[in-house]
Amino acid sequence: MITHQYDVVIVGAGGAGMRAALESSTEARTAVISKLYPTRSHTGAAQGGMCASLANVEEDNWEWHTFDTVKGGDYLVDQDAAEIMAKEAIDAVFDLERMGLPFNRTPEGRIDQRRFGGHTRNHGEAAVRRACYAADRTGHMILQTLYQNCVKQDVEFFNEFYVLDLITDRDLATEDVEEGAEVNATGVVAYDLATGEIHVFQAKAIVFATGGAGKIFKTTSNAHTLTGDGMALAYRRGLPLEDMEFFQFHPTGLAGLGILLSEAARGEGGILRNAEGERFMERYAPTIKDLAPRDIVARSMANEVREGRGAGPNKDYVLLDLTHLEPAHIDAKLPDITEFARTYLGIEPYTEPVPVYPTAHYAMGGVPTNVAGEVLRNGHDVVKGLYAAGEVACVSVHGSNRLGTNSLLDINVFGKRSGRSAAAYAKTASFIDLPEDPATRVEAQLTELRERPEGERIADIRRALQETMDANAQVFRTGESLNRALADIRELRKRYENASVQDKGKMFNTDLLEAVELGFLLDIAEVTVVGALNRKESRGGHYREDFPDRDDANYMQHTMAYRRPTAAADEADGHIAGYFDHVEEFDGYKVVLGSKTVTQTRYEPMERKY
Amino acid sequence: MTAVMEKADASTRTGDVPSFDVTIRVRRFNPESAGESGVESRWDEFHITAYGTDRVLDALHKIKWEHDGSLTFRRSCAHGVCGSDAMRINGRNRLACKTLLKDVNPDKPITVEPIKGLPVVKDLVVDMEPFFASYREIMPFLITNGNEPTKERIQSAEQRERFDDTTKCILCAACTSSCPVFWTDGQYFGPAAIVNAHRFIFDSRDDGAQQRLEVLNDKEGVWRCRTTFNCTEACPRGIEVTKAIQEVKRAMITRAF
Repeated sequence: MITHQYDVVIVGAGGAGMRAALESSTEARTAVISKLYPTRSHTGAAQGGMCASLANVEEDNWEWHTFDTVKGGDYLVDQDAAEIMAKEAIDAVFDLERMGLPFNRTPEGRIDQRRFGGHTRNHGEAAVRRACYAADRTGHMILQTLYQNCVKQDVEFFNEFYVLDLITDRDLATEDVEEGAEVNATGVVAYDLATGEIHVFQAKAIVFATGGAGKIFKTTSNAHTLTGDGMALAYRRGLPLEDMEFFQFHPTGLAGLGILLSEAARGEGGILRNAEGERFMERYAPTIKDLAPRDIVARSMANEVREGRGAGPNKDYVLLDLTHLEPAHIDAKLPDITEFARTYLGIEPYTEPVPVYPTAHYAMGGVPTNVAGEVLRNGHDVVKGLYAAGEVACVSVHGSNRLGTNSLLDINVFGKRSGRSAAAYAKTASFIDLPEDPATRVEAQLTELRERPEGERIADIRRALQETMDANAQVFRTGESLNRALADIRELRKRYENASVQDKGKMFNTDLLEAVELGFLLDIAEVTVVGALNRKESRGGHYREDFPDRDDANYMQHTMAYRRPTAAADEADGHIAGYFDHVEEFDGYKVVLGSKTVTQTRYEPMERKY
Repeated sequence: MTAVMEKADASTRTGDVPSFDVTIRVRRFNPESAGESGVESRWDEFHITAYGTDRVLDALHKIKWEHDGSLTFRRSCAHGVCGSDAMRINGRNRLACKTLLKDVNPDKPITVEPIKGLPVVKDLVVDMEPFFASYREIMPFLITNGNEPTKERIQSAEQRERFDDTTKCILCAACTSSCPVFWTDGQYFGPAAIVNAHRFIFDSRDDGAQQRLEVLNDKEGVWRCRTTFNCTEACPRGIEVTKAIQEVKRAMITRAF
């Protein structure tokens, strides 16, 4: 075991992690630990843009952006956080430009802007040009620019290190820690993929920026490495996860493959059509049509297919039509995604419509934080020295449905904020002693997985998990389908206990790490389904066919899910159980669903029409 | 640049994908048993069933997940944007996730090897540190003089277009590890580092061109390039790598950028 000591440790080197690192590394001794080389992170796959009300091409302001974000999230957004994000968006874009990001330009040489789903002028009148972009590789440019600036600032990276445990001075997973009591994050335990060595990092402040968990689904735009690591680690240590039932399905994944085709395709004029050639979004969202928010478009597409108007031999997808756009325009604005259609489906988008179907894309929920990036351990107490930003976190600016471009914005605004908060805290705090053997849990877990002589293959269990999630917890859900998913997950957990890996080596053992990652996926799928079962309403990305309406009277609350020992008396404990007060029993533990109040400032919930 | 299908008949569309059998020959290297057996590396053959839209990465996953869990390779995004899975496929550098099996003649065994010129760590995984070290040396970040503007810097669409091609780089190392000069002289910066220097040298906002050109004028710099075009052919992003290197050479002589 090798030990390190840093003022600030950032876990994850995507957009949020590196944006945090740029802030903290000038103020405090900082290390970034990443399971990938930083430029491999999935921020690089984001395409269409990053919204900010620069008003470079038409009238716009941050208040309209705030409103769109709140309405887009079906009013489950914390409005104070959304306002901060919309205001700070403008500087976030200028920060990136000054760091060197090559945005597309207007004829006057300023940052160009284009339309995107759900972003409107004057509270929904019409689509507005708000997304700043670099062709259809805006995420690539953000990731490269942030990494370039990390090189410039000489930020210290530990690449291909997997963080496998979080260390706190009081164990929230097993102890009953009273409300208001101090809990400190003191370090993380990491596994060096290249050598198989365990490294313990002691830190005054830790920032989780580990990204999403799209691999709980089979059809997903997410990378193989997006396995919910940070969420699951926090959850296992007794921290709550917020609003996990809200998962976004991006409307335009390449049919059968899930590879993302940016909403920018529709922002630039692309049209969705069913098998009959009908522009069906006119029926579902008469005002902004194809540029309705993603949850609405994804449901409309799935509904077209269900009602028999799907295209293709199996009538199981719809068509994204770009054929009326000039090829030169497509080449200038949408070069990468049209190349995906050519490479992977052999479709020429100049002349043929592209087969598309919704693909699991983004977790609105995650580790709860306040607007400073501090992680909450219940509705109001923070864990000192622990921060989170980006998709792993839930602040909550996305509510029940994220608007396109707001994730690139989220990582920049809250990545910066959490990096600053972490560095400021580290300057005043002292190191807290780690337990005598901080790596015990990780060592035991790895040894067991590695030494189990014979058992089922990890890949078979993972495939079964992804298939049940696609079948039962996707765009359309019912109590029955969710119960099927939950029963499958319980069964898969038992199978996981007897699974084994074939690679018994120490060096670059990706077989072993895939087994660890499957454990994270099982946790995240389970908490997603438990939350979805409890929420007997339809809101944003969570659609219950058995409860098709939004129910503000009973569900205008964030879900807070805690994994607790079976014997813990949480039902009596108001600060955990809260409003929902729902308990789901599992083998050896239980999942307690509490609640957190939604912060409303300017906007009263209204019916959500586009 | 792109594997465009010659004909897009209905049978190759999604929703109706015929299967075919394919043999994959993978170059294996296990650092933990190399010493004992005295064998440096070996070829393993796997026979799998694949579908029309399957890529080489799908085949490797099928091997790892159904036949041999110890087969080791890097991958992440699986659609050609993260740059993790550059490898030598039938002797040519490609991204495994962007190469459809049916496009590399599945009638014969398909060979998969690690990219050349970087130390092999295990199976298809190489040590990328020397590659990133060269990248860092060319100062791959915007260097500016004077005060920062309060808003954005002004840059015309034409100025932005000037370096567009080289902004596409995903640092996969397919170009650098296809370069015969890099194979024989590990000190050479290699095409990827020069591409990333180009991205800043020709950015109208950047004031660091002189510093970068000095670095690249080194004996291991751009003058080592022998214009074999391997790099351009290898680039999965379609960057005209050789052209970019030529433009950097010309800038070095004329000091015009």
